[in-house]
Amino acid sequence: MTQLALVIDLNVCVGCHACVTSCKEWNTSGWAGPMVDGNPYDESPTGTFFNRVQTFEIGTYPNTETVHFPKSCLHCEDPPCVPVCPTGASYKRSDNGIVLVDYDKCIGCKYCSWACPYGARELDEAQKVMKKCTLCVDRVTDPKLSERDRKPACVLACPTNARLYGDVHDPDSEVSVAIRERGGYQLMPEWGTKPANHYLPRRPTRMHIDQDELTRVDNPLRKEDLTTYTGEETLDDVAW
Amino acid sequence: MQDPVTYSDGQIGRVEVKETTCYMCACRCGIRVHLRDGEVRYIDGNPKHPLNKGVICAKGSSGIMKQYSPGRLTRPLRRKPGAERGVSEFEAISWDEALEMLQERLAKLRAEDPKKFALFTGRDQMQALTGLFAKQFGTPNYAAHGGFCSVNMAAGLIYTVGGSFWEFGGPDLDRAKLFVMMGTAEDHHSNPLKMAISALKRRGGRFVSINPIRTGYSAIADEWVPIKPGTDGAFLLAVIHEIIKQGLFDREFLVQYTNAAELVVEDPERPDHGLFYRAEMHVEEGCFDPQNKLWWERELKRPISTHTPGADPRLMGQYELDDGTPVKPAFQLLKERVEQYTPEWAAAITGIPAETIRRLAHEMGVTARDQKIELPVKWTDCWDNEHESVTGNPVAFHAMRGLAAHSNGFHAIRALGILMTLLGTIDRPGGFRHKAPYPRPIPPCPKPPHGPEAVQPNTPLDGLPLGWPAKPEDLFVDDEGEAVRIDKAFSWEYPLSVHGLMHNVITNAWRGDPYPIDTLFLFMANMAWNSTMNTGEVRKMLVDKHPNGDYKIPFLVVCDTFASETVAFADLVLPDTSYLERHDALSMLDRPISEYDGPVDSVRIPVLPPKGECRPFQDVLIELGSRLKLPAFVKGDGSRKYRDYPDFIVNFETSPGSGIGFLAGWRGTSGDKVLKGEPNPKQWEMYAQNGCVFHHELPRSYQYMRNWNKGYLHWARAHGMIRYAEPITLHLYSEVLQKFRLAAQGKWPGRTPPERLRQRVETYFDPLPFYYDPLESQLIDARRYPLNALTQRPMAMYHSWDSQNAWLRQIHSHNYLFLSPSVGVEQGFADGDWVWVESPHGRVRCMCRFSEAVEPGTVWTWNAIGKAAGAWGLGAKADESTKGFLLNHLIAEELPPHEAGEHLSNADPVTGQAAWFDVRVRVYRAEPKEPGVTSPQFQPMPRLPGQEKRRGRWQAYMAGVFGKR
Amino acid sequence: MHPAFSVIFLTTLIGAGQGLFLAMVTGQLYAIARFLPAQEDQFYAVGSLVALCLLAAGLAASFFHLGRPERAWRAAAMWRSSWLSREVIVLPIVMVLVLAYGVAHWMEWTRPLFRVGESLQVDVTLLLGLVGTLASLVLFVCTAMIYAAVKFLEEWHTPLTVSNFIFFGAASGFMLAAAYSAYIGNPLVTFFGTWAVILTLVGLISRLMHLLRNARLKPNSNVQTAIGVRHSALVQKAQGATGGSFNTREFFHGQSDKTLGWVRIFYLLMVFPLPILLIGAAYASESPTLPIAAFAIQYLGLLAERWSFFAEARHPQNLYYQSVA
Repeated sequence: MTQLALVIDLNVCVGCHACVTSCKEWNTSGWAGPMVDGNPYDESPTGTFFNRVQTFEIGTYPNTETVHFPKSCLHCEDPPCVPVCPTGASYKRSDNGIVLVDYDKCIGCKYCSWACPYGARELDEAQKVMKKCTLCVDRVTDPKLSERDRKPACVLACPTNARLYGDVHDPDSEVSVAIRERGGYQLMPEWGTKPANHYLPRRPTRMHIDQDELTRVDNPLRKEDLTTYTGEETLDDVAW
Repeated sequence: MQDPVTYSDGQIGRVEVKETTCYMCACRCGIRVHLRDGEVRYIDGNPKHPLNKGVICAKGSSGIMKQYSPGRLTRPLRRKPGAERGVSEFEAISWDEALEMLQERLAKLRAEDPKKFALFTGRDQMQALTGLFAKQFGTPNYAAHGGFCSVNMAAGLIYTVGGSFWEFGGPDLDRAKLFVMMGTAEDHHSNPLKMAISALKRRGGRFVSINPIRTGYSAIADEWVPIKPGTDGAFLLAVIHEIIKQGLFDREFLVQYTNAAELVVEDPERPDHGLFYRAEMHVEEGCFDPQNKLWWERELKRPISTHTPGADPRLMGQYELDDGTPVKPAFQLLKERVEQYTPEWAAAITGIPAETIRRLAHEMGVTARDQKIELPVKWTDCWDNEHESVTGNPVAFHAMRGLAAHSNGFHAIRALGILMTLLGTIDRPGGFRHKAPYPRPIPPCPKPPHGPEAVQPNTPLDGLPLGWPAKPEDLFVDDEGEAVRIDKAFSWEYPLSVHGLMHNVITNAWRGDPYPIDTLFLFMANMAWNSTMNTGEVRKMLVDKHPNGDYKIPFLVVCDTFASETVAFADLVLPDTSYLERHDALSMLDRPISEYDGPVDSVRIPVLPPKGECRPFQDVLIELGSRLKLPAFVKGDGSRKYRDYPDFIVNFETSPGSGIGFLAGWRGTSGDKVLKGEPNPKQWEMYAQNGCVFHHELPRSYQYMRNWNKGYLHWARAHGMIRYAEPITLHLYSEVLQKFRLAAQGKWPGRTPPERLRQRVETYFDPLPFYYDPLESQLIDARRYPLNALTQRPMAMYHSWDSQNAWLRQIHSHNYLFLSPSVGVEQGFADGDWVWVESPHGRVRCMCRFSEAVEPGTVWTWNAIGKAAGAWGLGAKADESTKGFLLNHLIAEELPPHEAGEHLSNADPVTGQAAWFDVRVRVYRAEPKEPGVTSPQFQPMPRLPGQEKRRGRWQAYMAGVFGKR
Repeated sequence: MHPAFSVIFLTTLIGAGQGLFLAMVTGQLYAIARFLPAQEDQFYAVGSLVALCLLAAGLAASFFHLGRPERAWRAAAMWRSSWLSREVIVLPIVMVLVLAYGVAHWMEWTRPLFRVGESLQVDVTLLLGLVGTLASLVLFVCTAMIYAAVKFLEEWHTPLTVSNFIFFGAASGFMLAAAYSAYIGNPLVTFFGTWAVILTLVGLISRLMHLLRNARLKPNSNVQTAIGVRHSALVQKAQGATGGSFNTREFFHGQSDKTLGWVRIFYLLMVFPLPILLIGAAYASESPTLPIAAFAIQYLGLLAERWSFFAEARHPQNLYYQSVA
């Protein structure tokens, strides 16, 4: 069975929010739209987003790391939000594993959001139905789009290519290879939700310079005859 | 609900896709705008565009909300008769009325004294046209925002390596092994840099960030090296010290391609002290660097003409020429200069441990030396040496405003240029790469006018409003040596202020120093808010009156797309279009989007009709130019020459028959010429067919070593990009600066600075970089204000524009002061508390947020999130004004009075770069009884005529449906 | 979690309704067993009517919780997997049974249908009472399991949630029955009151165990597992939206720990000792009003208890929503 998913590379995510607003612009006018904005031009503006980028600080100064952390629905293989839904509005597609909400069936009871440990679902406060990341199901399944464009909007937008997209059940897919080779992990594994989305950790590149590497025969200082030897006596002068 | 698999996006309405160029920031990515029934449905990156290759950022993706923002101006407005300036009482007028009003006023000024008209634009990628207009009008009082943005970076590097970062060059991260980023600004060249950093890291390259704050790109750095603000110069000088001490410089590169081995006269008694010793030979007059200088040959132990085949010069030592002139190679002077700058010395200043400085120097030097890149690309240098390959040392740097926005930034950036040069990384693979039209001569040829006589009634300006002084004679001063420009650019106060000093225009005009002006025309510059220093006082100046009741700045014209804070102060408001409604040319004459591999320029073509009565600013300029009969805009008989901006772009040539126009692509009558060629009436169509972008990829042999690449330089000359095919020797040692210093010392045969500025010019026009404390810190009680305050630009917001954007403002609706928890502990406040931030010039109240990712002596906030109440189409109680704040209130536009002058700009003494990041503050707890809003607060700005009604509690955007509701 | 008032009223009202119904049936059983004097059918009928009103009020309150109440009927669809769906099915069944029980008493359909053993004559009211009791208990379980089944809400994910719901509902229902008896001057005050006290005490034990358990609860998730980074100093700086979102509204109560502490003390007094003392005092003084006061106070206390029940629950998603910047 196909399980489409995102793999998000925290090693290169700079936290630019491109995925946040490209998602919003695609989906607000798409199958899953509109995505309303509350107080759009007033105090505490608050709208529906399927994807957020958050910022965390690790460690204490000066050994601090700043991690930008994009978060959207993880399309769990065992999605706890689906069985709790009383109407069947929440469902997981059998053809590609995407977890979706049928707005026409949703009664806005918010129970699915309680049953998601990741906070991936957001109630549309005007339409009063639950909304969430669709993995741009209306893009990725649209045969009218070119192969290049048949990807989620966030993946296409991401300037650092930090968002990989594909079938995590296909061991040879780009996402499976990335998970395997670059330490891909799941969020809150303790709950057994088996998120399909994975994250790739930071992998700092370090450099080691050996003292010997600073001294070389072709050191340009030699061209300037700047040696320290000024003719003082050495063992070469006195020993055999 | 319909099954998404059977759903099609065309169900709701007719979909069409148009290509144009983004302008949600100055990066200028190629975009595809998808329309549904004429409404913007989706904006994505154009996959075929060389700049962004299909990606798009948060801002670009939110263009929809810019287009439909209720903050937009839609009608020309006039301040109501009798209404006070600044209270936003306007009446809508027609364009005819507006243009007639302007025409009448400007024609009179032009006939009497053209410099009483000042045109300043926040936007600096339209300078080819705005600058042309100003020159044609005859006023020298013109500049864009570069002076308060990053002119130190432009000048510091262009005066050193003949090119600079961002539009004019950048780090070659495709091949770099080590990338060092210093205090960069995330808004410059944003998407390409993000793409490149990511690719570098994925390839296993190492990324080191030197920055007081770990945000933005620094977040993914492999190593973060926190540094105290304003001390980058000290760090770089210590690295140079270590590189030279260890012999980790690229000797061959320095000898061949820089002035390192060239002999400098070393005799303080002589008038040519500090200048290169120049052999007597015939030299053609020009703005290039003539090759009549000497090396000291190692073997022959005597002077020899530079670049003599087979010669091997000394870089160090001290010699005497046959005529008894004591000389030293420039490199020797550099070595002597940096001897004092040990890592231990720098550690105390920068806060970076000496061991770290040393280690980083070794990483740079060893990577450059041992990981050489060799490309099988044959090329020929200017001395006719044939090279079988192009080699490179894979250490790349990037820096922008973090280094630039300090009063010691020019020398810090010179130090950076010198470090990149020592490592042998200029226009070589893996290092710094130029972008067309750079490299240009050091300094480039255009010069400002030379004196007040350049300004004459009804006559174009004699010279360009902005240029590149190479010697004191190039300054724009009167007989007393005082400024001719309103912003005092190119005066002895800031001789190399190549981008002007927009940050002092209002204060100078208000004070009438050097003279009062009549009309100030601001295009897209928020000078009553975030684009000005000392915001509160500047707002008062804008409404200040003479005793007779006349405003001190008599007439203020503001052209903008949005109801910015500055609009409130206008006497006349002109509504500009959005970027989706206009033609634009991102021109080779200006700041194009060239790639390392060759020239690139691009255009915007409207995808939507203008909203309301909005009119593109360029059309307005051409209309005004025609009405005022400025020579470039009218035919010989005085009749109008260009129908509109698109017509102008196609047909304008820099001079009749020059073949050089605004656009480089598809020139020639049939569109088969590049860069130079006759106007092509079908040029717009050809751009439209090609994604609105023209990319001319150079032959590989022309892509590297362009400062000295014979083939490239001849090609560039033939295509009108450069005047001389002469080598552009890197200025390790700046003779240009020394000429100004000699003038200050009274040794220069020509112009000399006024007495009060002699000491200043002598000190800061040092031909070699040196470190000094930022000027303001030298003049205030720095112990009372122990902290440095900085701003950072969030990647999802550009400058001040996007608070009107319903999506982007949800990411940053207000800002906090980030600081080390240690400051809170010391001052007795907690994370999230309200605090006062106080500088010697004012204070603001805001909320604080503790952070471990900031150097403890630094506090910072996101730039320009805070807004004045009611501006930008926001509600009066929007977060931006109640919880957001602006650091600008704390930053003075002028230095405290001192011996060099009463009113010197708070700027770099060489370039006039606004020293935003020099500000020092203290932070203390706000009293619990104080109101929970930021301070200062301003009277809410009302909705203007023509501005849309408030949108209400909910907004549900769905293209094709939204506008029909 | 953000306490949702619609749900607070829903659960406390139907709890009291179910409890009252249980009290009626219990009274009838005791009467059949001749432990209590037989009552007029009217007594049960009116009691059932009150219970039905409470159930109906609870149901009405629940509609306020729904974004799209007009589609509430759809909620019965997923009874195989969703406790909420099961509650949606069982609640109307209980209401129908309570109604039928009341109607049967009102109509005095007391002719025995059959006889069990020697003395137990089974009539419609008894049958409906027993079936209704069973349904009520099922409803208690369904309602409680909506909360107890969410494993991410560890404060709720315990059988104690179910026992709390059952005992609090039953206690308040019996308390109401006592008040009802006092109001009409019926001698059953002591019977219902005593049961109410017993149920309240069992509820107290259950709730205290629940509090104790939660106080010792070590959350399964932490910010380290939330973003997958191992470091003891790991703090969120920005949640990605400065104006708040559904996630900050639905899952945070927004009150200080101090407020939470006061509410806990408040309900611990209002639900447990005060009603017991009032009932005790009512026995001594034979006051007709004190049992009414006991019920009113206990119900108010239960509202606070249910508020607290929500506020105590810490949703793991909150780990992602800790800081605005």
